[in-house]
Amino acid sequence: MQKIFVTFLLLLLSSNVHAALNVFACEPEWAALTQQLAGDKASIYTATAALQDPHQIQARPSLIAKARSAQLLVCTGAELEVGWMPVVLQESANSRIQPGSAGHFEAAKYVTMLEVPTRLDRADGDVHAAGNPHIQTDARNFLPIADALSKKLIELDPANTAFYQQRFTAFNQQWRAAIAKWEQQAAPLKGVQIVVQHKGFPYLNDWLGLKEVAELEPKPGMEPSAAYLGKVLNELQQHPARMVLRAAYQNERPSEWIAERAHIPAVIVPYTVGGTAQATDLFALFDDTIARLLAGLK
Amino acid sequence: MFSKICSGTAMAVLLSHSFNTNAAEAASANAFNPALSFILAGTYGNLQRDPTLPVTGFAMNPVPGHEQGFNLGESELGISANVDPQFRGVATISLQSSGTASVENAFVQTTALEDGLNLKFGRYFSGLGYLNEQHSHTWDFVDQPLVYSVLWGDQLKEDGMQLKWLAPTDMFVEIGGEIGKGSNFPGTNTAKNGSGAGVLFAHIGDDIGIEQSWRVGLSLHHTKQTNAPSTDVPDLHGTTANNSFTGTSSTGGLDFVWKYSPNGNFRERYLKVQGEYFRRKLNGQLTYDVGTPTAAGANITDGYTVTQSGWYLQSVYQFTPNWRTGLRYDRLDSGTAAVGASNAGNIIANYAYNPSRLTWMADYNTSEFARIRLQLAHDNSRQGLPDNQIFVQYIMALGAHGAHQY
Repeated sequence: MQKIFVTFLLLLLSSNVHAALNVFACEPEWAALTQQLAGDKASIYTATAALQDPHQIQARPSLIAKARSAQLLVCTGAELEVGWMPVVLQESANSRIQPGSAGHFEAAKYVTMLEVPTRLDRADGDVHAAGNPHIQTDARNFLPIADALSKKLIELDPANTAFYQQRFTAFNQQWRAAIAKWEQQAAPLKGVQIVVQHKGFPYLNDWLGLKEVAELEPKPGMEPSAAYLGKVLNELQQHPARMVLRAAYQNERPSEWIAERAHIPAVIVPYTVGGTAQATDLFALFDDTIARLLAGLK
Repeated sequence: MFSKICSGTAMAVLLSHSFNTNAAEAASANAFNPALSFILAGTYGNLQRDPTLPVTGFAMNPVPGHEQGFNLGESELGISANVDPQFRGVATISLQSSGTASVENAFVQTTALEDGLNLKFGRYFSGLGYLNEQHSHTWDFVDQPLVYSVLWGDQLKEDGMQLKWLAPTDMFVEIGGEIGKGSNFPGTNTAKNGSGAGVLFAHIGDDIGIEQSWRVGLSLHHTKQTNAPSTDVPDLHGTTANNSFTGTSSTGGLDFVWKYSPNGNFRERYLKVQGEYFRRKLNGQLTYDVGTPTAAGANITDGYTVTQSGWYLQSVYQFTPNWRTGLRYDRLDSGTAAVGASNAGNIIANYAYNPSRLTWMADYNTSEFARIRLQLAHDNSRQGLPDNQIFVQYIMALGAHGAHQY
């Protein structure tokens, strides 16, 4: 027992010697943003990959082990991770990153939430009480989140305050310039009618002015049946759409089925960093998203 | 540590005041109510044999709890909330179809211990093995593997305390220990001070790329049985006897689980393979045919040592977001008992039969809250009495649905 205790103390000491801030990012976009803001001052672990549905992640042993030593948790929040994060947090026995602790950062708290339901009923499918959690599809949302995340990094690692401030200022400038560029590129998308597979694009639509005329899922999170897809197809004859949109992690079948019959292109957007081969960082994520949407117009 | 927690809380309060308007809206009196969940479950069972018949060679153990015809199964009321910044409380009340309610789980867990320590006390499912901690509504089959049914009475529930420590390593390494009352099988309800049962377990686990993950575990359990009664135990004379055992029960177990999903996207498809092996040594004194002092050879007590073991291997495949199918094979070994000379002519030492069972299931999930399942089993757990079993089951979750364990 004593031996175990001593080993345990030694391990503890060795983990504290490690200089970089240990960050546990729930989704790749937050890992990428932390990377932009903290550079080599943070050692970042990404819990999910771009081709995984973030609603349905297993509370794997590896996640628990990584959460154990994290000093900062960066997640979307708004119940996106409700199916797995509570177990990871409980099992991690790490008080620094529990909800309400300084090391618990939820991006959704810093943006205006869309589609906040007026009634909560599971008969409506997989709705989130706090609103639609897919906030990362609007590039403008990254500005307040980056601001808050940068302040959080400073709070947890005050010794590097000047460094974080400088990184944030640089990011803020570059990102504003990039938004202006993307908005200009995306001008032809304004008012374009689209079909989406999952209700995952309200922020993108809000930003670029795309008009969602139908969803392929009968209720959020429910798989569409052939009969339901047939109904959507009929509706599309009355209200034609230019393209059918889906996130890279989603099953291609429903979109392809509609695309083939409605004679519209099926457009895959990366949705997060790594979702497509081109979306290698945050800037490339939106470059690629807009390029793919524009290609869908042709 | 206390001041740290205080400052953390104060910071959280400050933050929530300055940034979080959502929290301010939610801070009604209602917000402090615990999360409530209710599991509605029921089965229809079609069995060819009497489900109360014990497994051959395991007459001193619990029987798998099957029921014939329509029955409500186990409805489960779950309540959980943080107690204060230090503790979290969880209670699960199980409502049996007979109308009785029992406290399945009622424990308090620490949330603010530092350095990977997790302390739990109250009534909880022991951390041994892989399946033991999982609630029945998350089981992949209608019933537990045979080895769990006969060695742990489906699931070992303990009144006591558990301490776990998670190593600060990249790989998942967890060790834990429990002490408890030990009143549930294989223990007996003994009025005494101190601990009646002890458990030690260790788990390691990790990912292999983004598509595969695994966990391997080792567990040890030790308890005492005092006058553990067993009825209708077959004896060498071809009749049945009521025996009583007093001695120690030591069990060792190995478990593994491996999950695979293309791109790690569990919503679409996944494959899960798991297996567990348990081996128990009972060592003590057996009293043959208790309570019938007139019968020949009755009430004779002598040494009795036996090693029982069993394993299962199962796989579940989710091939679309709605459909899963699974296959399970169970096998038990009742061992050869070393029976003291005075009872050697009464007690069957070796049954020379290995109970086994093959089970197939398919379930349809309309959402993550509702599951309907068909299960077929060919049960050879009773010698000479093969049983073909059909089960239909529904499991529905109302209210807060907590995150699932790995």
